Amino acid sequence: MGATEQMSEEQAEAERQKRQRLRSIAIAVGLGVLVVLFYAATIVHLGGNALNRPF
Amino acid sequence: MGAETQVDGAMLSTGPGVEDFVALMKPRVMSLVVFTALVGMVAAPGHLHPVLAFIALLAIAVGAGASGALNMWYDADIDRHMARTAARPIPRGLVTENEALTFGAVLAVTSVLTLGVLVNWVAGGLLALTIGFYMFVYTMWLKRRTPQNIVIGGAAGAFPPMIGWAAVTGGVSLESIVLFLIIFMWTPPHFWALALYRCRDYERVGVPMLPVVAGLQETRRQIVIYSLLLVPLAMTPSFIGLGGIAYAVTSAVLGAIFLWLAFKVYRTCEGRAADKAAKRLFGFSIFYLFALFAVLLGERLADRLTGLAGVVG
Repeated sequence: MGATEQMSEEQAEAERQKRQRLRSIAIAVGLGVLVVLFYAATIVHLGGNALNRPF
Repeated sequence: MGAETQVDGAMLSTGPGVEDFVALMKPRVMSLVVFTALVGMVAAPGHLHPVLAFIALLAIAVGAGASGALNMWYDADIDRHMARTAARPIPRGLVTENEALTFGAVLAVTSVLTLGVLVNWVAGGLLALTIGFYMFVYTMWLKRRTPQNIVIGGAAGAFPPMIGWAAVTGGVSLESIVLFLIIFMWTPPHFWALALYRCRDYERVGVPMLPVVAGLQETRRQIVIYSLLLVPLAMTPSFIGLGGIAYAVTSAVLGAIFLWLAFKVYRTCEGRAADKAAKRLFGFSIFYLFALFAVLLGERLADRLTGLAGVVG
C-alpha cells in the first residue's frame, strides 16, 4: 500500500495503462469464449443434421 | 477517514486490476455452487451433451459470481466495518461501487441468457430466480431487517443443484427439491455457528443476526432445532432412490457427529470454549455438506461407469 502511495505520476500512469490493457484483454477473451460456446452449442443442437443436406 | 480517502485516491488512480473483478465474484462461494450444481446434474436422470453440461456449469458459476458482485456493491457500506469483509475490493478502494454494479449486472444478464438460450429456459429461469432472490430478497430486503435473514435468504444458496438438475431434465422434481431442502436446512446452523463468534461484527454494523437480536443462548437453541430437522432430511435421499448404501451410511454417521457438535455448542456457553465449540461446528458443517454431495456424486458416477462397462462388455 505504501509503495502505491509513493508512486511517481509516470509510474502511476504506466500502471494504469497496464491495468487498462489487461482489462481489455480479459473482456476480449470473455467475448471470444462466449462466441465459441454459442457456436459449439449450435453444432451440438443441430447434431448430425448439420451434415445432412442435398449437394 | 482522511487516510482512507488518500489511500483510495492512490489506488483508484491506477484503476482496478482483473484480479479485483475476480475477487468481486467470491470465487470460494462460486466453487461450492459449481460443485453442488454438478451433483444435481450428475444425479439427474437422463443425458446432457458434455458441451452443454460444461456451458450450464459455466453459466451457473458466472451467475453465482454476478450475485457476489451485486451483493458487494449493495453491502459496501457495512463491509468496510466488519473484519471478515473489510478486505473486499470496494472497501479497499480497488473497485468503485458503480464498476461493481455494472460488472454484476452484465454478468447476471449474460449468464441467464446463455443458460436459457443454449440449455433450457427452466434452468435459465431458476438461475434468474436465484440471482434475483439473493439480490432483492436477501441482500436488499431481509439482511438488514430481520434475524430470519439467512433462514429465508439461504434459499438462494440452495438453488444450484436444482438448476443443475433442471439443465438435464428440463424440469423440477421431488429429488431436486430434496437436494434444495438439504442446503436450505443446512444454512441456518452453519451461519449461526459463524455468527456466534462473529456477532460483535454484525452488531457494530447493525445487521440483525440472530445472536445480536435474540441473544447467544437462543441462537444455540435454534442451532439445535435446525440441526434436528437437517439430519433426518439429509438422510431422505436414501429413501427416495437418490442415494445408495454409501450415502445412507455417510449421512447417518456424519449426521450423528453434526448433532453431537450442535449439542456441544448448546451446552458450552462460557468463554473461549464456547467460541471453540461454535468454530468446530462451523468447520464441520462445511465438511458435512461437501461430504454428502461428494458421496452422492461418487455413487452416481460409479453407477454410470458400471452401466457403461455392462454395455461395452
